[in-house]
Amino acid sequence: MFAHEFMRNALLAGTFTGAACGVVGYFVVLRAQVFAGDALSHVAFTGALAAVAFGVDVRIGLFAATIAVALGIGGLGERAGADDVAIGTVFAWILGLGVLFLAIFTTNRSTGNGTAAVRVLFGSIFGLSGSEAVVAAAVSVAAIAAMLACARPLLFASFDPEVARAQGVPVGLLGLGFLAVLGTVAAEATQAVGALLLLGLLAAPAAAAHRLARNPYAGLALSAAFAVGAVWLGLGFSYVEASVPPSTAIVTVATVLFVAAAGVERSAAPRLLQWRRATPR
Amino acid sequence: MRIDAALFQGLSWNLMADVRQLVAYPFMVNALEAGTAVAVLAGAVGWFMVLRRQTFAGHTLAVIAFPGAAGAGLAGLPLAFGYFGACAAGALALAGVSADRSGSHSRESAATGAVQAFALGLGFLFVSLYHGLLNGLDALLFGTFLGITDRQVVTLAVVATAALVLLAVVGRPLLFASIDGAVARAAGVPVRGLSLAFLLLLGFAVAATSQITGALLVFALLVAPAAAAQQITARPLRGLLLSVGIGLAVTWLGLALAYFSIYPAGFFITSLAFAVYVVARIARGTVRR
Amino acid sequence: MSAEPALRLSDASVELGGHVIWHDVSLTVGQGEFVAVLGSNGAGKSTLLEVVLGLLPLRTGTARVLGRPAGDANAEIGYLPQRRHFDASSRIRGVDLVRLGLDGARWGLPLPHFGPDPRRQRVQEVIELVGAEGYATRAIGSLSGGEQQRLLIAQALVRRPRLLMLDEPLDSLDLTNQGSVAALVQRICREEQVAVLLVAHDVNPILGYIDRVVYFAAGTAVAGTPAEVITTETLSRLYGTPIEVLHTKDGGLVVVGHPEAPFHHGSRHAH
Repeated sequence: MFAHEFMRNALLAGTFTGAACGVVGYFVVLRAQVFAGDALSHVAFTGALAAVAFGVDVRIGLFAATIAVALGIGGLGERAGADDVAIGTVFAWILGLGVLFLAIFTTNRSTGNGTAAVRVLFGSIFGLSGSEAVVAAAVSVAAIAAMLACARPLLFASFDPEVARAQGVPVGLLGLGFLAVLGTVAAEATQAVGALLLLGLLAAPAAAAHRLARNPYAGLALSAAFAVGAVWLGLGFSYVEASVPPSTAIVTVATVLFVAAAGVERSAAPRLLQWRRATPR
Repeated sequence: MRIDAALFQGLSWNLMADVRQLVAYPFMVNALEAGTAVAVLAGAVGWFMVLRRQTFAGHTLAVIAFPGAAGAGLAGLPLAFGYFGACAAGALALAGVSADRSGSHSRESAATGAVQAFALGLGFLFVSLYHGLLNGLDALLFGTFLGITDRQVVTLAVVATAALVLLAVVGRPLLFASIDGAVARAAGVPVRGLSLAFLLLLGFAVAATSQITGALLVFALLVAPAAAAQQITARPLRGLLLSVGIGLAVTWLGLALAYFSIYPAGFFITSLAFAVYVVARIARGTVRR
Repeated sequence: MSAEPALRLSDASVELGGHVIWHDVSLTVGQGEFVAVLGSNGAGKSTLLEVVLGLLPLRTGTARVLGRPAGDANAEIGYLPQRRHFDASSRIRGVDLVRLGLDGARWGLPLPHFGPDPRRQRVQEVIELVGAEGYATRAIGSLSGGEQQRLLIAQALVRRPRLLMLDEPLDSLDLTNQGSVAALVQRICREEQVAVLLVAHDVNPILGYIDRVVYFAAGTAVAGTPAEVITTETLSRLYGTPIEVLHTKDGGLVVVGHPEAPFHHGSRHAH
């Protein structure tokens, strides 16, 4: 398996992207900003296809769209999460816009077969070149480093914004910076598993970690581990069973992990609780 | 890129001639008929969905429709089976889950997001296995108005009629239960039963709408017209009729624009619906009674 | 009119989630009587209303509501549940809300009526009764707490109930509004001959309007006039620990020393 370059590239990009998703995703669930991840998945699709339609590198459209919208959501603040109907309608329209770009793209190329759309929607982790994989890994590592550097103040700001602000933590700035990193990681994950399955890497491993670990640092590590595990298992399975697309396999593993974690939490709740209390912080 | 020049081929300034051209082809007539049935159903059910603040349920059901339809295609069954079956099963699952509200809101949305991603991944698997890759994918996700069969039209018309009859029967208690659950229950309204019935109804509306707009764009017909109507009027009957009216207008106009241009119906319908919603919101913002 | 009481509970007890909320409760509410239901949090005041509506069965004892078993007479009961506040985005109009109280539970579409519609007239009538004509056609989310409460009372009255049950209706109102709503309820009670059960956590805003009091505490309840029930002796006996009732200069009552009832994490308000 490791003899194949496409597999090595996929593992390189996937491992670090997965870890980044796990770390960022943990905070996304903690800060109740899953809707932002959902919105970004729509925007990623449209941004990428806009880039393709205008003949620009996909990644430029991807990153520009996700980071811009992430900051926009941050700018709106509390109001952003409040109105489900407005949010849903706006981002449904953005998807519609993406469909337009898709149509423009396919009619402008005589050989338009729309595989670009499939790659954007469902990822293209097995199609990464060596340089693309290195870039993906590098961006993800940078994101992870940024998150780890701010982990403590960000946790503080997420659990208890008022007290944190009083102690001098730049809550607003951290929130905005976090969203920018989220946008970046979302763009990375789109290349790996696609815009539509984004939440499978961003939300599922993190949700599983939240259910199993009370200690936030353990949760962060667990979330990253789950995401990376899902990537490895998914890639491995897809390699062996070629009819299963890698993104489907990865997301399925992540979901199974989540369901298992939910089951464990429900059945073992009293015992786990005691275990957690006995463990010194 | 020749956007402008190729934008609206065949469109003339003579409205009657345009309409005649529109209905000249059977496939277009089918599309309009199917679109009508769907718009009415979506407008009516969507109005209640927005009132009950269950738009997330609508979106989840739509996403579940995708693997349902793709799976049916793979298994050689008529797509309608897949659409309606998956949405019905999804509705029952949602009803079961919502009865057990233990987690926090954030956890619920994370769980929903994970389930949606899984469903989409599953659908992708089915479509890949079926080898109908792009066309199948495009139609299922973003809708099509080109290949609507006569049988589809009949099915949609029957489903829409049945659903509307059901809505007429339960509409009043459903309205009562949606606005004022505790008092309705005291007055003898079976609130829990109605919630389940509504989710099933929503499932059917989503399954029908997905066949026109595609699984990802159902919001255009299910939410935007209803939300716009609720911005405009607070009166139930008027709001319901307005929602249906907006849905119909948006669908017809969207299909017509798609016919005369090279651009997809999904984009036009979504954009028109969104535009109406934005205008309605702005109008209400400026007219503060 | 018969002398049949609006409500009669005999040796009643009720349990929720395995806990007995109250037991050995006997009380009578006569026609047209204004009765306050008092007691500390968790003592089971709202539970009484659920029993009367037949939503919660009794563990022991009997309950006769308007001469019939609990649950059979709901068409003649007007019910205002606790803490109903419509948020600002609720666009339903007051008139429509009141109309729902009239026929919202009926299946099918309302039949068209030729000539003056008695249903519309009744809705208008009851809105005028509570004094809400001025704002009944506005979206309910845009109204103040007091205005919303009046419309909700109208909704509870629209089917001419013989028993009106209000669960903490004065909760979120300021003092002025508390007084005016309490006065409104008393006026309706007298004019329309409706028995009223009003649950409150503080008796003072309604002290001047009520006929009798039912006080829930320590797993049971005591009924009588305010002068009989809200006294140092009665409450101390009820709670089993020293309770003091102080009288303020303006006629108010302050109960000091009562322990909070154990909190039951119950499914009372399950949807």
